[in-house]
Order: sequence, then C-alpha cells, then structure tokens
Amino acid sequence: MKEKLINAIADKHEEEALKLVNDMLADGVDPQLILDAGKEAMVIVGKRFEDETYFLPELVFTGETLRKIGEIVKPKIQGKSTETKPLGKIVIGTVNGDIHDIGKDIVAFLLDVNNFEVHDLGINVPAETFVDKIKEVKPEVVGLSGFLTLAFDSMRNTINAIKEAGIRDDVKIMIGGAQMDDKVSTYVGADAFGNDATVAVNLAKAWIGGN
Amino acid sequence: MTKLPEELYQERVKRVKDVIQLKTPDRVPVFGPHQLYPYTFGGVTLKEAMYDYAKAREACHKFVDEFQPDLDFGPILAYPAKPMETLGLKYLKWPGKGLDDHVIYQYVEDEYMNEAEYDDFIRDPSDFMLTKWVPRTFSGLEAFSNFPTMRRMMWSGWMGLGAFASPEMQESFRIAVEAGKQINEWWESLFQYIGEVKEKGFPIAWAAFDWAPFDIIGDTLRGTRGILNDIIRCPDKLLEALEVATQIFIEYGSGAAEAELPLCWIWIHKGTGSFMSPKQFETFYWPWLRKGMLALIDKGITPLVYCEADVESRLEYFADVPKGKVIYHVAQTDLAKAKAVLGDTACIMGNVPNIMMYTGTPDDVKAYCKWAIDVAGKDGGYIMDTAVMLDEAKPENLKAMIDFTKEYGVYR
Repeated sequence: MKEKLINAIADKHEEEALKLVNDMLADGVDPQLILDAGKEAMVIVGKRFEDETYFLPELVFTGETLRKIGEIVKPKIQGKSTETKPLGKIVIGTVNGDIHDIGKDIVAFLLDVNNFEVHDLGINVPAETFVDKIKEVKPEVVGLSGFLTLAFDSMRNTINAIKEAGIRDDVKIMIGGAQMDDKVSTYVGADAFGNDATVAVNLAKAWIGGN
Repeated sequence: MTKLPEELYQERVKRVKDVIQLKTPDRVPVFGPHQLYPYTFGGVTLKEAMYDYAKAREACHKFVDEFQPDLDFGPILAYPAKPMETLGLKYLKWPGKGLDDHVIYQYVEDEYMNEAEYDDFIRDPSDFMLTKWVPRTFSGLEAFSNFPTMRRMMWSGWMGLGAFASPEMQESFRIAVEAGKQINEWWESLFQYIGEVKEKGFPIAWAAFDWAPFDIIGDTLRGTRGILNDIIRCPDKLLEALEVATQIFIEYGSGAAEAELPLCWIWIHKGTGSFMSPKQFETFYWPWLRKGMLALIDKGITPLVYCEADVESRLEYFADVPKGKVIYHVAQTDLAKAKAVLGDTACIMGNVPNIMMYTGTPDDVKAYCKWAIDVAGKDGGYIMDTAVMLDEAKPENLKAMIDFTKEYGVYR
C-alpha cells in the first residue's frame, strides 16, 4: 500500500493517491506512515526535477497533492510524532524591498520534504528579522531570495547585519533568484548562489551533510 | 558641423530600423536603460515621480541629455499613483503603498480567477473581466460585479439597467470618472515628454506593451501556482483560454501600428529557463506567442521579446519567425549561443550584466561591450543594452556603455 501511494503521488495520479490515503486510514494504517510516504514521494519528484523529467508544473502539482493529503491525515495524528530528526535547520526569506515569494516558497518546500527544518520568514524581510531568527533557532544555513536587482543591495545589507551581529561564521549563506550569479554572490558576500530549487537542496546537503 | 536634432532623430530611427531588418546600420544602436535609473540619476524617488509628473519628466530629460542614447523610454514606468489610489488597485504594491519610496512597483500574486471560472472567461472574456476580475482587483469598482450584461440589450435587455441606479454603482462610476481624469493628466504629461525629446532628436523605444498569452493567464488571472497546476490538472481548458488570450495579446500589441518605430515590447515571464519542460513550452507557451507575434508582424509591428531570465533552451523555437522582423532581448543567456541560433533571423538586444553596471568599472563595461559587439554585432543585428531594466548604476559605467558603443560600434 505504502509503495503504491508513493508512486501515485510521484506519478501525478492525485485522485488515486487521495483514495489510497482514505483506504489506508480506514484500514487503520498509522497516519504517520502516510505522511512519510508523502515525503518519500517528494524525494522522487525532486530527483525527477533535477534530471529534468519534471519541471515546475509537476513540482507544484505534487506539492498540492501532498498538501491535500496532509489536510486529511494530520488531524488524525494525536500528539505522538515519530518523525525522524531533521538533517539541519535553515532560515529562509525574501529580502527587504522584494515581495516575490514563488521561488522562495518552492525552495522552502523542497528543503522541507528533504527533511530540513525550515524557518520561512516570508517576503520583504528586514535584515534585523533575519539576525533575530538566526540567533533564536541557530540554523546551519541561511537562504536569501530575491527577484529584483534591488535585492543585490538588500542581500548585501542583510549579510552585513549578520556579520555585525557576530554570527556570520556560524552559518552558510546561499542566495537565489533569476538574476543571481557568481558576481552577485561575491558582491553580496554569500557563500553560494542558485538559479533553481534543487541547487538549494544540494547546497544544504553538502554543507550540513546527508544524502 | 553639428547636426540638427531633426537629422539626429531621423538617423536614430533609421539606425534602429536597419538593425531590425538585419541590414548593416551606420553603427550599433544603443538603448538608454530605464526603470528606476533615470530617477536615481536625477535625484528623484520613484514615489515622487509617480505623484509629480513634472518631476518625472525633468528626471528623464536630465537622463537623456546626459547619456544621449539612440532610443529613449520616457517616464512611462513611473505609473500614476493618484488614479491607482482612487481606483483602489489591489494587484500591485508601489512606493508609499506597501513599498519603500524608491522601489519599483511589484505584483501581488493571487488567483484573481479561480479554476472553475475558465468557462466564463472563454465564453465571454469582456463580461468576465468587467463583472468578476475588475471588482476583485479594484476596490473602488466593486459594484461593477452587478454591471448589467450588454449581450442582451436587444428587445427587453435594457430593462436590467436599473442596476446603475444603486448607490454603490453610482459610487463606482464616480470613482471611474475621477480616475479617468487623473489618468488623462498622466498621459498628457507623457505625450508632452515624447514631443519634447523628439524635438531634441530622440525617438521613443516603445509603441505598445504586451504579455505572452500564457502570461496573460498565468500572471494576472490564475496566478503562477494556479497556472502551473492547470497544465497538469486541466490542460484542455487552459488551451481554450490561451486561444482567447492570444486575441487579447493581439489587441494589446496592435496599438503599435502606424508608429514611427512600431516596437511592441513583450515581457516574457513564465516562458524562460526551466519554468516548464520543452514539451510544455511547445504546447502552452510558444505556439500562442508565435501566433500573436505573426499577427502583429502582419500589421507592420516589430515584436521586441524581452526575456528577463535564461532562455537558452528556447532559442531554437525563437528562431521560427520571419526574418528581420523581431528583436529578442536577452539577459542571463549566452550571447554567442543566442547569436549562433538567432543571428540569421532576428536582431538581438541587451545582455550587459546589471551587476557590472553597478559594481564594476568603466573598463570592465567597455571590455564587456567590446566582446558583445564582436560576438553579436558583426555586420549588424545587435542593439546595446543592459541585461534587464536598470535600477542602479555608476553613471560613469552607463556613460562607458553608451559612449564606447558609439565609438567602437561604428561599421566602416
């Protein structure tokens, strides 16, 4: 059953997946097992995205399936969670002045299904908010997202604020967005850049460890 | 001998027309990169420019006087804030309305049309826009949701006009009229500017603006998440809607016909890079854009396809247009590759990295421009410009881009 569910989600058979979920719950299957199946499916989706079998439509669609499954299953989980320990913690957000969220949301989603603990600060995030959150949750990785060229300076200011707070060496910083390249990365003082979501996952894994 | 502005104007127009037609012009034309930059350079915030049209014109004049580009853009991107406020426009944030004073306006993503409404849009797009989309996106026009349909005005249909008498509808009409007056003030200012720079010898680079049919639906109706889902969830409905959107695309662009430089700027959003698969691109994106572009070309209009991210995977498709009729503006795309694939068919524009304009030196810029002209401008076919619209730059870098092009870009 679990294997079937994993494939149904990963192969974009949403109706079948939802039916399987309801059947499994009716059969008394542990809801946590269903959620785990969702995550495993998304790992497959992520791999297909990386090898360019899948693109953003498939990523968004399967993400939606997963959300629907979550809505059915999560209320049935009572208290106890057997969730595996996350690989690491990541603070992510779209920098000050920029309100674009799609790219950032997709990265956050992929990191989440790849078992990172993601703290998403949203859009138009001031530098101080990043600093405060980093101090609070002590992440290994920080992700700064930006779509506009104005984000160059916002990212630079954010990273400077992190430096001034004395916590720059505690984190790896990646930047993402269509206009990002190595020149921008150097200018803003980041450790790496990415133009698509799987780069972020791979960077985080390389920095934190885990496959 | 100094040339008269009129001669300079004609020279510039001819230079651009030649380069589009893939004839060798006298030299590589150079665009005056716009967006926030002219205001940044002129010491005016975008917020000020959006409220005070004279200030916007003044900044743009200062920019064009200083940099002397072949093509100017004018203050059209300083949208008029007053009517936007009057209308209660909800799908943008702008300086003073959710954003800082000197930040370009940004789009607020949402599903302004839900999945179940595809049929309404396909059946009667005008009625859908009037009674569903407009009331959702302009708080001042909410009462238009009760706008009586005009499809049934014959026979007894006019008896539905009672809807106009409601206090809410009267208020929405009052707002529409007030906003209309405010918008006209802005257009007046814009055309005043266009006349003034023409007197100085500078043609304007746009005659219409347009959005790919897929983006018309994806950006403003279904939203990014919505349309990406629809590709898989309801591809047939999406295709039907794309047929309708293509007609809207043609309407948007047709305003460029008869202009001296009939350039229609088409902003490519979801067609770039790895947004969708090649298969999806050739089903949902390209055929509709191409169909619309061909219709514009038939009207004598030059589509200027503005790609703000990597389009390397799309170049082969882009080559399938009539020769000498289209400009492709490229950003994060290998210029040499773009030239190799498109060079025999279309003019290429842009590609100078914005980060270099901001953080590099004039020598860096000159070296890049030399490379760009050598790679993409051999015997014509290239217009110098930054990779994407320009917000920030060191003035000496922009000067270097423009002056170096005028010097090195001469065809002898």
